[in-house]
Amino acid sequence: MKIELTDEQQMIQALARDFAEKEVKPIAAQLDAEARFPHETVKRMGELGLMGIAVPETYGGSGADTVAYVLALEEIAKVCASHAVIMSVNNSLYCDPVLKYGTEEQRKKFLAPFASGQQIGCFALTEPQAGSDATNQHTLAVGDGDGYVLNGRKVFVTNGREASAALVFGQTDPAKAHHGISAFLVEKGTPGFLVPKVEDKLGIRASDTAEFVFEECRVPAANRLGAEGMGFKIAMSALDGGRIGIAAQALGIAAGALELSLAYAKERKSFGVPIAQHQMVQWMLADMATAIDAARLLIWRAAALKDGGRPFGLDASMAKLFASEMAMKVTTDAIQVHGGYGYIKEYQVERYFRSVRERNDGRA
Amino acid sequence: MKILVPIKQVPDTATQVKIGADPKGIDTTGITWIVSPYDEYAVEEALRIKEKRGQGEVVAVTLGSERAKEALRSCLAMGADRALHLSDPAWENADTLTVARALAAVIKQEAPQLVLFGRQAIDDDMGAMPAQVAELLGWPCASWIMEETISDDGKSVRAGRQVEGALDIFNIPLPCVLSAQKGLNEPRYPTLKGIMGAKKKEIKDVKAADLGLAADGAQLLVVALEALPPRPPGRVIPGEPAEAVKELVRSLREDAKAI
Repeated sequence: MKIELTDEQQMIQALARDFAEKEVKPIAAQLDAEARFPHETVKRMGELGLMGIAVPETYGGSGADTVAYVLALEEIAKVCASHAVIMSVNNSLYCDPVLKYGTEEQRKKFLAPFASGQQIGCFALTEPQAGSDATNQHTLAVGDGDGYVLNGRKVFVTNGREASAALVFGQTDPAKAHHGISAFLVEKGTPGFLVPKVEDKLGIRASDTAEFVFEECRVPAANRLGAEGMGFKIAMSALDGGRIGIAAQALGIAAGALELSLAYAKERKSFGVPIAQHQMVQWMLADMATAIDAARLLIWRAAALKDGGRPFGLDASMAKLFASEMAMKVTTDAIQVHGGYGYIKEYQVERYFRSVRERNDGRA
Repeated sequence: MKILVPIKQVPDTATQVKIGADPKGIDTTGITWIVSPYDEYAVEEALRIKEKRGQGEVVAVTLGSERAKEALRSCLAMGADRALHLSDPAWENADTLTVARALAAVIKQEAPQLVLFGRQAIDDDMGAMPAQVAELLGWPCASWIMEETISDDGKSVRAGRQVEGALDIFNIPLPCVLSAQKGLNEPRYPTLKGIMGAKKKEIKDVKAADLGLAADGAQLLVVALEALPPRPPGRVIPGEPAEAVKELVRSLREDAKAI
C-alpha cells in the first residue's frame, strides 16, 4: 500500500492553499457577516480551474482528478466554508452528472461554461416533503410535444440564486414511483422558473440557498439528462460524489479550526504559561488532530476509489458520516480551547462552528 | 523572442531556519521548498513579454539537486515553455562563480535575447548571479528593475530601476541581463490546466560535460553557519505617557542614535 500524492496533486494543493490564504481568508468573516455572495473570488476560482477540477479539458475543466478536488476543497474550506460549498456543488453535483450522463451537445452547452467557472450550476432535488426521502418527488414533468412542462417546488438549493442553470429532478411517470423520475437541465430565465426566496442561514452565509418554483415551466426535450426514468439513478450517483465533497468541506473546516486553536493555545497564557502547556489542552489538540487525519484518510480513499473507476458509494458515505461528526466535535472543542473568546466573532472559531452545523444535516 | 530565466529553489519564506548537524548547512527536515520569490517576478515578466509580443519562448533553468526539478515544474505550470536542469556531481558545493560559469555556458548554447534573474535568492541573499553571469557573457546588466519595455524591433529594452527619490531609466541593447525587484509585477497563480500540462513539457537534464565544463573547485567556501546572539530584551519605559514619550525620544536620539 502506498499513500502518496502525485506531483500534480501536491501542486494543486499548494495553489489552493496559496489562493485561500491570500485571496479568500481576508474577506471570509465579512462575507459571512453580510451574507454576501463572493462573485469576484468565485470568478477567480473559475479562471484557476477550481470550478471543474475533474472535468476533462475538452469540456472546459482542468483534467485533474477527485483526489486533487478534495485536496483543493480542504484548503478552501480551511479559510471559508462558503467558498468551499459553492465550489463543491458546482464540481460534484452539477458538472459531474452532466459529464457522466450528458450528450455531446449537452456537454458543450451545459458543461463547458460551468466547468470553466464562467457560469455556476446547481442541483435541485430536495422538496419540502422530500429531503432524505428523495424518492418522494412531487415535482411533475409532463411530456408535451417536443418538451416537458414542469410544475413543483424545490427547496434548499445551494447556489440557487447565482446559478445560471439547474439540474432539476421531477416525475415524468408518477405511477412508477422513483423509477419514473427524470432529470432536466433548466436554464435560468426560462418562463415559469421562479426563485421566490433565498434563505437566511445560521452558517455558510456567503453561499446562497434558494427556493425554486416551477409554474408551467416548459423545458425542451433536448434538455433532459439521461433517459426518461433515469433521474433517480443520476441523482444518487451525483450524491455519491457529492458526499466526498461534503466530507472534504467538513475536513477543511475542522482543520482550519485546529489551526486557529493551535495558534491561540501557544499565545494565550494562564497560570504563567501558554495554555498549550496545560495537559488538558494538549489532549484536546491531540484528539482534534488525530480525528482530522482519520477523516482525511477516509476521504482520500473514497476519492482514490472514484478515480480508479471502482465502487466508492459506501466509502463516500462513511467518509461523510465520520468527517461531519468529527468536524462538529472539533469545532466545539476549538471554541473550548478559546475559552470565552471562542464565543466572540473576532476570534473566528464561532464561524467555523456555525459552518459545520450544516454538514451534519442530511446524512443520507 | 527567447527569454531565459534562471531560478533557484529555496526554503519557503515562513521557514524557521535551523543550523544543521553539519554546521555548514541548514537542517532541511520538514522544509517546504519554493521558487525564490524574486525569481517568480522574473518568470512572470518573461511570460508577460512573450504574451505582449504574441510569440517567443520562455526557458526556465536551475542548477541544483534532483529536488530542484519541483521548482522548474512550478515555472512550467506558470507557463514557461521548457526547462533545463543543470545537475552534475561536478557542481556539488559549487560557489557563485562556478554556478555563474555554468549558467553563462548554458546561455551561450541557448542564445536567448534576454536573461531575466530575480535580484537575489532569498536563502543566502548573495545576489551575485546577475552581475557575474553578465560579466562572463560580456553583456550589459541592469539590476533591481521595477519596469521594462522591449522596443518594437526587439533590439533593445528600456528598463527602470528605483533609486533614492527617482526612477533610473536605461536603454540597453539586447542581448542583456536584467534582475527583477519586487514591484515589477504581481506573479500569477499557476492554473490547474497549467499544473496538469507541466508534465508534458520538457525538463532537459544538462551535465557539466554537455557545456564543456569540468569541476573547477569552489573558491568561496562556507566554513560554518553561526547562530546569531539572542536579541537583547526590549526596554519598557514606565511612567505617565507624556513623560515616557520624552524619555523615549531622548533615548532614540542619544542612546540609539536612530533619530
